[in-house]
Amino acid sequence: MSHVSEDDLVLLHYCEDAGEDAGAHVASCEECAARLRALAETLSLATAPDAPERGDDYGAQVWARLRPQLGLPELALESPKLVPFRRPLWPRAAAFAALAAALVLAFLLGRRFPAEPQPLSAEVRERVLLVAVGEHLERSQMVLVELANAPAGEVMNVAAQRTVADELVSSGRLYREAAVRTGDPALAAVLEELERVLLEVAAGPEALQPADLEKLQQRIESRGLLFKVRVVGTRVRERETQRLPRPVTTS
Amino acid sequence: MDDATAVAQARAGDSEAFRLLVERHSRALFKLAYRMTGNEHDAEDVVQEAFLKAYRSLDSFEERSQVSSWLYRIASNCAFDVLRRRQRRDNPTDSLDVEDAPELAAATPGPHRLALGGDVRRSLEAALETMSARERAAFVLRHFEGRSVKEIELALGLDTTAVKQSVCRAVRKARQVLRPLAGTVS
Repeated sequence: MSHVSEDDLVLLHYCEDAGEDAGAHVASCEECAARLRALAETLSLATAPDAPERGDDYGAQVWARLRPQLGLPELALESPKLVPFRRPLWPRAAAFAALAAALVLAFLLGRRFPAEPQPLSAEVRERVLLVAVGEHLERSQMVLVELANAPAGEVMNVAAQRTVADELVSSGRLYREAAVRTGDPALAAVLEELERVLLEVAAGPEALQPADLEKLQQRIESRGLLFKVRVVGTRVRERETQRLPRPVTTS
Repeated sequence: MDDATAVAQARAGDSEAFRLLVERHSRALFKLAYRMTGNEHDAEDVVQEAFLKAYRSLDSFEERSQVSSWLYRIASNCAFDVLRRRQRRDNPTDSLDVEDAPELAAATPGPHRLALGGDVRRSLEAALETMSARERAAFVLRHFEGRSVKEIELALGLDTTAVKQSVCRAVRKARQVLRPLAGTVS
């Protein structure tokens, strides 16, 4: 028999079927046996790349991202103290977020194509944006307050906050873009800072360990984020009020 | 709750049972997906997509099968899809079935230079980059994951000949890069 082909040596190396004669030939042919050893030596250098580490809560994170895609209902709350936070706000906020996102998109499109005929005036569009951003800041503030006031040293179930934070991250990006476009860098900066914290909450585990909670609380506190959000929120509300149409007087 | 029971309950509409499977197998699937795609972001997408597919095909799970093997097959297939999409994007004129990469590898000096530089890891990564989607998937599953040709057939939806050819071509490319290092690395 002629010597074994390279491909058959590969199959023999992996203990796969390489034909009846190939194995027998290598067993009796010093040259082919040496080739097989050389192949094994070379391939031994090919070790699997190290995958980046994923923590014990990785499965929970995957599940949190997967859940909406499966069309499953909202996560059940395990902690009764979270009920007031979520129940009254959720349906209204979700509907509002969808509406606000659509309106902000309309606002951005209006800015991008100013020559097109516009159904809304610039003033109305700006007011819509202010209302949407105000609502966004208010909801964000509630998440931050919940986290900042959580008792230290305990595991905190943040399932509800994560769901809200996840939504706020998406809408916040849109508002941040709008703030940049309308020349409001201060608002854009706060929204960006807020987005980072919300992202951390959204992508984090459902059960926040005491050490992680403490870090998050320190982050919120050290940057005065809650204060900034309140200040910017108040400012936005004021601007919104100024944009309200003047009441019609009959006198 | 064992995996088989979890699948049975998930089939019956218990999403918490499916959650258990996700939490139990995510890390292993991520590792596999990362090895196959070589990219963290793609690997995350693969894990997500794999569980989505698994959930939608719960009814097709055969009870005599191992749940981990079933999930593994689905994830391998998703990762293979990612590799094929990447190949289509990077080489839009290539046919998915044309295994033309040996010439490509021979014409690419990068891996050799890297190999001579003694960087095994980077050399291997470079070699993996020269492999076609099919070669890379087959090589990773055979060499890194220790899966048999039969298992790779099932995972990638290829026939025996295609799998064997892909593994052999991939090994040739890996050897081309690694051979200069054999004997110099303990």
